[in-house]
Amino acid sequence: MLATDTPFRRFVTDFLRSPGALVGGIGLLTIALLAIFAGLVAPQNPYDLAQIDVLDGSLEPGTEGYAGFKYWLGTDEQGRDMLSAMIYGLRVSLSVSFIAVSAAVAVGMVLGLLAAWRGGWVETLIMRIVDIQLSFPALLVALLLLAALGKGIDKVIIALVLVQWAYFARTVRAAALVEIKKDYVMAARSAALPQSRILFGHVLPNVMPPVMVIATVQIANAIAIEASLSFLGVGVPITQPSLGLLIANGFDYLLSGRYWISFYPGVALLATLVCINIVGDQVRDILNPRLQR
Amino acid sequence: MLAYLIRRFGQAFLVMAVMAAIVFFGLYAVGNPVDLLINPEADLAEQEETIRRLGLDKPVHVQFGYFLGGLTQGDLGTSFVHNRPALELILSRLPATLELAFLGILLAVILGIPLGMIAGLKPDAPYSKVIMTGSVIGFSTPNFWQGLMLIMLFAVFLGWLPAGGRGETVDLFGIPVSFLTWDGLGHLILPAINVAIFKMSLVIRLTRAGASEVALQDYVKYARARGLSPARVLGVHILKNIMIPVVTVLGLETGNVIAFAVVTETVFAWPGIGKLLIDSIGLLDRPVVVAYLMLTVFLFVMINLVVDIAYSILDPRVRVKRGKS
Repeated sequence: MLATDTPFRRFVTDFLRSPGALVGGIGLLTIALLAIFAGLVAPQNPYDLAQIDVLDGSLEPGTEGYAGFKYWLGTDEQGRDMLSAMIYGLRVSLSVSFIAVSAAVAVGMVLGLLAAWRGGWVETLIMRIVDIQLSFPALLVALLLLAALGKGIDKVIIALVLVQWAYFARTVRAAALVEIKKDYVMAARSAALPQSRILFGHVLPNVMPPVMVIATVQIANAIAIEASLSFLGVGVPITQPSLGLLIANGFDYLLSGRYWISFYPGVALLATLVCINIVGDQVRDILNPRLQR
Repeated sequence: MLAYLIRRFGQAFLVMAVMAAIVFFGLYAVGNPVDLLINPEADLAEQEETIRRLGLDKPVHVQFGYFLGGLTQGDLGTSFVHNRPALELILSRLPATLELAFLGILLAVILGIPLGMIAGLKPDAPYSKVIMTGSVIGFSTPNFWQGLMLIMLFAVFLGWLPAGGRGETVDLFGIPVSFLTWDGLGHLILPAINVAIFKMSLVIRLTRAGASEVALQDYVKYARARGLSPARVLGVHILKNIMIPVVTVLGLETGNVIAFAVVTETVFAWPGIGKLLIDSIGLLDRPVVVAYLMLTVFLFVMINLVVDIAYSILDPRVRVKRGKS
């Protein structure tokens, strides 16, 4: 091995070894870049009223509009370019789930560490809540929470955090229970380091691998749940449509044969989920010590 | 065992109470159902009369008190919109959901098990790869979009099947069912496929994993050596052992099927409890939403309890573990 071999570098080389993961990784990277630079990549700003023309409404994919603008994936009933709307929708879908999962990781990690470190009634209480929550389907819990919270991007994020923290709390606790018994923690304790430093400086980095695996899977889950909620009409507001809401908007036009309004956003959603799942599978295999070569 | 049951029911009760309170107060804060219910042309006296009739003139904690009082008598409140007891309303929609769920699971099993066995026993064959790729896609595709694509293909472009609704029903022991009329069956097929695809992907994966493992075991070799027909080895000896995980997972998934019926029923305008929930959330029909919640929590707790008890009867190791914890 080279002298510059770091865990991260090893991770990257392992990752690139599988051609499937490479395709998934490139796909995911492309999708993420599209979402981040939506304003620069999208041919049109779909929410700038000056740029859209009602006369171009419901055009089939590939037709040219009045101003000579070519709509590759057609337009919706208000004359919005579907390709641009999808890129902007991708941004909403990805950012909502990314923020939600990051917050869920933070909450789950703190509570999971706390449960493992403290034990006793703290652990019993936290883990009982986790068990109860995981026995209900996430979509249903999120749906009922949103019924109580009302609409809005912030509300969707809160609901997603509330249904997802439990996965991380359970994983972190299980991993931390193993780590806490190890010698390095004992050494840190006998050196009289402050508890918070032992937990967050020493134990935390060592419980990260399983958390990373679950986080990738949960981002895909969060995207799917958010899309379903938006489709059901309790998700993001109409002013900031995600892919799910774009699909829902196209539902009404589907019956009259204008399939493209909900077909293409769905393809984008499916591609995103498949890419994340492929990458997640590969990350899991690399970080799984049982599969280590 | 008794202490365990009491603890489980205590927990269930706590979950129901907390969730009911959150939804009750949450729906109160989100908006005023009166705005949606009362004819805007009604005069002030009529409006006040309606508000009083629905009990919405009282402060919310008093309303919650009434709700709890009614609960002890098995009364979950009366729907604002339909003016019928919420429980009765939900129960009247339940057969449609159950019909859909059962047909969905049935399709998943009768298609998923053979496909999974093929993929497990001949893992290198091209058709096995097709089956597995199909199951990955079935797993990743969001349920509602699947439904839309089914409508697009079979209802809009091919025009073979209706896009929504329940069609003609006939009473079977006093319960309306769709599957006994041709029209009803036509309406039922697409939503049932929509429910089935996800479960089928799951069954295929489980069966494949089981089949590839079981097929290598000694008792299968002996069965073959005894000269039993391949069909008998497959259908009796292998199948029996694959069924254990499949049945377990499907039992646990029954609750999920009912939860995800919310999505399928919305797509296909299927008049079950899921559609009722979505409509009620939209109309801020609080009694129905809270009643739905209470019923589903109860249902889930019962399913989990039955699965747990069945486990502890079938598998002594689980019993020992619980005694320790």
